[in-house]
Amino acid sequence: MIIAERKPMEEIRQMIAPYKKLLLAGCATCVAVCWAGGEKEVGILASQLRLDQSKGRKKISVLEATVERQCEKEMVEELRDKVQEVDAVLSLACGSGVQTMAEMFEDKPVFPAVNTTFIGMPEREGLWVEMCGACGDCFLDRTGGICPIVRCAKGLLNGPCGGMRKGGKCEIDPEKDCAWVLIYRRLEKQGRLDLMREYYPPKNYRAVKRPGRIQAAKA
Amino acid sequence: MNSCIVAFCCEHSAYPAADLAGKLKLHCPESLRIIRVPCAGRVDVIHILKAFENGAVAVLVLGCEDGACHHITGNTRAKERVKYCNMLLKEIEADGRHVAMFNLSPNEPHKFVRAVNEITKRIKESGR
Repeated sequence: MIIAERKPMEEIRQMIAPYKKLLLAGCATCVAVCWAGGEKEVGILASQLRLDQSKGRKKISVLEATVERQCEKEMVEELRDKVQEVDAVLSLACGSGVQTMAEMFEDKPVFPAVNTTFIGMPEREGLWVEMCGACGDCFLDRTGGICPIVRCAKGLLNGPCGGMRKGGKCEIDPEKDCAWVLIYRRLEKQGRLDLMREYYPPKNYRAVKRPGRIQAAKA
Repeated sequence: MNSCIVAFCCEHSAYPAADLAGKLKLHCPESLRIIRVPCAGRVDVIHILKAFENGAVAVLVLGCEDGACHHITGNTRAKERVKYCNMLLKEIEADGRHVAMFNLSPNEPHKFVRAVNEITKRIKESGR
């Protein structure tokens, strides 16, 4: 899922400073799971903005709404009436959700309240780790389902590097496991260690043209 | 609800303690509003913020003693949430508002009163 984290309060304050009536729009999918922009976080941020006592802060009126997926136009359409009532929208969705909202309501300024950071998974309660770099040319079949592009600090395709620490830790961050040690152990379990002897040429990072666009075969 | 102190009381510890304090006629401020909850862990950040939005100056979360939570980890979760809530209040410079967590047993009415007095003292010190 897409992982995001809330922007610092000061940055949010600066964005919304000229507006008196705001809509806080949450998304109940990825950003809700990573505790950044779901219904609960919308409630907390709305409450904070109403209680804000920082210097020179004006009283503002805040509406709250959360849609199932803010990156889908049909779902964002549900917010149309509320958007008409406000001066600006503060979206707690990922960058895709913010842009969908901005495209749907071009006459209203739409601001992001979160920073979209990566595609990842929850490792334990309250901790999310990056798992996929969305490179467009998946390599996981050769690495036992562990992506060296994002999980190796150097993004090596032919690892491990010479700097691995004792205990299989990364030389750049001793807290992190060396991705290539994890790959070796996984392939060993699967009896596919011969893959470690393969040489992989430099990756084609042009597989995804920006902006990415996929047309389903039978659409 | 203006300028009141809201106390979320766990029904296994703080609520019986508050009840006992009443029976013993121990003095508590008139502005105290007690909300009975099934566990301190039921109290969420949004409940605390809503209390402030509705005019409370302080919120107390009162749960079981460490290691004695009826629901095993409710009191430790509540403690973390109170800590997080204090961080949220600091972000918006709402220094005059207070949130605190206290742990007590059902047979400690004096500790309940002490917790309320402690928060009242903090409110007075911050000049509200």
